Amino acid sequence: MPQPAVHANGIVFHTAVGNMAETEPGTALSRRELLRRIGQSAGAAMLYQSMSALGFAGESSYSGPVNLSGAPRGASVLVLGAGMAGLIAALELHRAGYKVKVLEYNKRAGGRAWTLRGGDEYTELGGFRQRCEFDPGHYFNPGPWRIPYHHHAMLDYAKRFKVPLEPFTQVNFNAYVHSRRAFGGKPQRFRSLHTDFHGHVAELLGKAVNSGHLDAEVKAEDKEKLLEALRTFGFLDKDYRYRKSDLVSSGRGFDRPPGGGLAAPPENSEPLALGELVRSDLWRALRPSSVYDVTPSLFQPVGGMDRIPAAIHREIASLVQFGAKVVRIDQNERGVEVSYVDAHREGPPRTARADWCVCTIPLSILGQIEMKVSEPMAAAIQAVPYETSVKIGLQFKRRFWEEDDRIYGGISYTDLPIGMISYPMSGQNAPGKGVLLGAYSWGTNAYELTALAPEERVRLAVEFGAQIHPQYPAEFENGIAVAWHRVPFANGCFAKWTEAAREKHYENLCQIDGRIVLAGEHASRLPAWQEGAVLSALDAIGRLHQRAIAMHAETA
Amino acid sequence: MYIRTHRLPRAPIASLILVAACALATTCCIADEPPIFSAPTQGGAFAPRGHFVQSDGAALYRAICQGCHMPDARGARGAGTYPALAANPKLASAAYPAVMVLGGRRGMPAFGDSLSDDQVAEVVNYVRSHFANRYADTLTPDEVARLRASLSPVSASP
Repeated sequence: MPQPAVHANGIVFHTAVGNMAETEPGTALSRRELLRRIGQSAGAAMLYQSMSALGFAGESSYSGPVNLSGAPRGASVLVLGAGMAGLIAALELHRAGYKVKVLEYNKRAGGRAWTLRGGDEYTELGGFRQRCEFDPGHYFNPGPWRIPYHHHAMLDYAKRFKVPLEPFTQVNFNAYVHSRRAFGGKPQRFRSLHTDFHGHVAELLGKAVNSGHLDAEVKAEDKEKLLEALRTFGFLDKDYRYRKSDLVSSGRGFDRPPGGGLAAPPENSEPLALGELVRSDLWRALRPSSVYDVTPSLFQPVGGMDRIPAAIHREIASLVQFGAKVVRIDQNERGVEVSYVDAHREGPPRTARADWCVCTIPLSILGQIEMKVSEPMAAAIQAVPYETSVKIGLQFKRRFWEEDDRIYGGISYTDLPIGMISYPMSGQNAPGKGVLLGAYSWGTNAYELTALAPEERVRLAVEFGAQIHPQYPAEFENGIAVAWHRVPFANGCFAKWTEAAREKHYENLCQIDGRIVLAGEHASRLPAWQEGAVLSALDAIGRLHQRAIAMHAETA
Repeated sequence: MYIRTHRLPRAPIASLILVAACALATTCCIADEPPIFSAPTQGGAFAPRGHFVQSDGAALYRAICQGCHMPDARGARGAGTYPALAANPKLASAAYPAVMVLGGRRGMPAFGDSLSDDQVAEVVNYVRSHFANRYADTLTPDEVARLRASLSPVSASP
């Protein structure tokens, strides 16, 4: 791979197409050095983006199905938790010949990979009970809901377990971007915003190039080509202006689109003014269209995210005990002893023993369980707070977002506390009802929504959503709200690592501690993603297997 | 899920109080949050955390704390627990809850970046004088500022 080079005015990332980026001999840095400098000057977020751009972050380390051969005869493993990490660990260890038992708090497999359908009951912490009233065939994923193309392990398990996938649309150019503070609260189409922003920027840059202001940065022989690129990229006219025209409408859309026969001629649309566009903050919504995690292709399991854990669980169902609440994890040089109680009635503890333990319990819960591990691992378990998030599913009598607004899948973004509205990716253009994601909230708003009773969250999601889709009140039927800090099996959404905490604790968290190893999204560098949970499980059991073989060889 | 049986009769009452409180204050229940258009990837690290706008202790408790510690401050219990703040002897020193709020602890996130010294003092004083807690002394914003300063190296490297 070519080395990247640093330009005076920024960073150029080399691609396979050599002449799309320019090398300045003598200034080339190693990728590591470049990343170090970016991290120092621009902070962690920029570092991550740069790492993604250089192909360091995000790309799954999955290298195909694991092959754990030579398991010691009769060796046993206790797996705590039947979410994605626990299921994968149990499945692969079982296939390798280990005696496996899984303890799971819930009465279902999947953990946070979870789907709610009509008839499901959900009682959150505090005893607030909800019943999902969706019609048959409709569902809502309160947790993970999409699988990027570069999550190789998740895709491979879905394929091997014959779980059908369908496209998940992240970016829909006809969806809305909305702010209460911009354009009188009128939602703008992503397409118009996208074209206008790029058009205005291209025009400004064209002016700077044409007036010689960038002569120090742009070589004379590149100038013409750059101007041509700006004109093409920005829908500019021959004088490098971004103005209302057929051309601009072919990007941002028409007020009246071209028709047939004697239909009235097309009418061009008026671009948003640069100043108002910049002040609106709506340009922030352009970024998801180019963030590595969520650029196409993305997928979802047909019928709900829990189809994947359910399929894996079917193969190892006899190994999994539901309704088991772990209360104590002990170990000595010979093995592991885990005490658990009935998750609902509690009562006297029962005990499970094994040679080894793969513990996938979220740190938010594990940190409260009496556990015999070394001081560094204990400190790591205590060091990570859990992120907040709220998701709300809403059922409507008809798919007005398709019928009236012509939005088929994808996401509308808003600065309202609901954060976004995501439209169903399946059943499009069919008559009848639809369930959409009426809120996916983070930060302060998520705390505030969590603090409300579930029915109040749903009521507010309808009230806020009506500012984007006025059809909401008339078409709304029912909804269900999941606030992750109130989820009884998670006490939060995912491990909220800071750079400093990761530096100090991450490796300690991931070590094999005596006979125990942890796995889950919290023990990965892909926090919150199922891929992180699966890769963590595969890495943990690979190391545990080696340890078990080595230990067996010593004692044999 | 597991519900402590003695709490069952209380839940509907708590819900009614909550709904009534929100009906009175719908506009203040939801903060006038800063723009949150940043990439809503599940890696929420890029999303601005925002700042809470509620100013008095009761409103702050209802907007934040009761999400986990519950409207009656009696905590909750599932696979893990949220500790009760009601009748909690650990609140005897005002510094203890203030440090929890500012820096977080274990699974509890820190709120130091999203609350001012005044807000921290308000909510701590509210909790320490409600829910069967009867501590007469109050925490001042200046004291919160000093606690915040003493914590900053800790919160920078947990």
